[in-house]
Amino acid sequence: MSQKVLLTAQEVTIILHRLACQLIEKHSDFSNTILVGIQPRGVFLAERLKRILEQEYKTPAIALGYLDITFFRDDFRRTDKPLEANKTKINFIVENKKVIFIDDVLYTGRSIRSALTAIQSFGRPSVIELLVLVDRRFSRHLPIQPDYRGRQVDAINNEKVKVSWKEQEGEDGVYLITS
Amino acid sequence: MKELSVNHLLGIKYITKDDIDLIFETADHFKEVINRPIKKVPSLRDITIANIFFENSTRTKLSFELAQKRLSADVISFSAAQSSVKKGETLIDTVNNILSMKVDMVVMRHSNPGAAYFLSKNVKASIVNAGDGAHEHPTQALLDSYSIREKLGEVAGKKVVIVGDVLHSRVALSNIYALQMQGAEVKVCGPKTLIPRHIESLGVTVEPNLRKALEWCDVANMLRVQNERMDVNFFPSTREYAQQYGVDLPLLESLNKEIVIMHPGPINRGVEITSEVADSGQSVILNQVENGVAIRMAVIYLLASKIQ
Repeated sequence: MSQKVLLTAQEVTIILHRLACQLIEKHSDFSNTILVGIQPRGVFLAERLKRILEQEYKTPAIALGYLDITFFRDDFRRTDKPLEANKTKINFIVENKKVIFIDDVLYTGRSIRSALTAIQSFGRPSVIELLVLVDRRFSRHLPIQPDYRGRQVDAINNEKVKVSWKEQEGEDGVYLITS
Repeated sequence: MKELSVNHLLGIKYITKDDIDLIFETADHFKEVINRPIKKVPSLRDITIANIFFENSTRTKLSFELAQKRLSADVISFSAAQSSVKKGETLIDTVNNILSMKVDMVVMRHSNPGAAYFLSKNVKASIVNAGDGAHEHPTQALLDSYSIREKLGEVAGKKVVIVGDVLHSRVALSNIYALQMQGAEVKVCGPKTLIPRHIESLGVTVEPNLRKALEWCDVANMLRVQNERMDVNFFPSTREYAQQYGVDLPLLESLNKEIVIMHPGPINRGVEITSEVADSGQSVILNQVENGVAIRMAVIYLLASKIQ
């Protein structure tokens, strides 16, 4: 198993700031916008972006929710691994709001498809956008593309893209793992 | 990640502490789901479940049906009163006929102890026991423990007294297994005629005096007096039972601490507990009903994920 660095901690920081600026450009004061981190790994990115926006760009407080998609997945009983659920925490109604899904890696697009169904339990958003840190090209099973992307990566199927976060793994970084 | 150690839920006796923990964790997620504006998830949309009730039930049947529908399963329900069972069909034949309609899971209540176990050995479907005679009622015990965990933080180390008609109660047996597995201490309390002989062999103690039992416990689970199962008189009169083993507000308030009152329903108001007690802040009876849906969703979801 070999591991290659795709993004260093410094590059991650620069990309996060660029993504934050792109969000401000589109959503200005975030009064009608909601960030939704996709459980489990999108939550760290969503929290980090919220912090950067509020502390470094002085936006007003932004609503942030966590969405778990386990019960909405299309591979229930089709994978060998049992699916593990995480907490959903959405304390607001998304009716007529602009929702931004935030996840670390966009791969087949199936998680996002599940999230599109799951969010409907909380109302009908006016717009849903997608922000990902890493966009794996050539691997989509569904016609789903990100609106904001940190870095586009060409990875083949037996390679794995791993994002690590300071809060969780001790340091920021994106790695390509070949088995 | 973990999965259940069993393919059927036949009784608490057949599952492990890890299974109970997994069911509770999953139920936490489903409890959040059933409090959403849209209370439904699509997980089980390719699963068909038959609810077969050979014995009357309102709450359990509704709770199971609701849990199945919240998970988007297709549901057929069937009561023995309107069925060919009356024409003499055997249990296996009845169930196999239903299974040939491509049913994946069977939730069954039956008056014979062991009926669910028997079925699991003879038909190809995942079986959930919704009560078999005076044997077990596992989902009730799970939701009782879940309600204790919700109210008091944890089950381990808690003192629980089961009061009343232990003899005819499947709830009592499942509760004893479940509570002990999670590290709680269990006493039973009731008229001698309604306490099974040798119940001490299950590791519980018997306390004939209700006041002493309540002063000892953190939680009192008040069982229903099952008049329909009593072919002889087990106590002189309902009035005397209520005086000796019924909980009323003055009794509750005279205790030196606040205890949690549970009841599996349906309540005989004024017999096991009075209306004031049932509707008091110490009673978690309606929480038990809400938790019942979440627990049954968790059980069905986890069992369905093991269907090949």
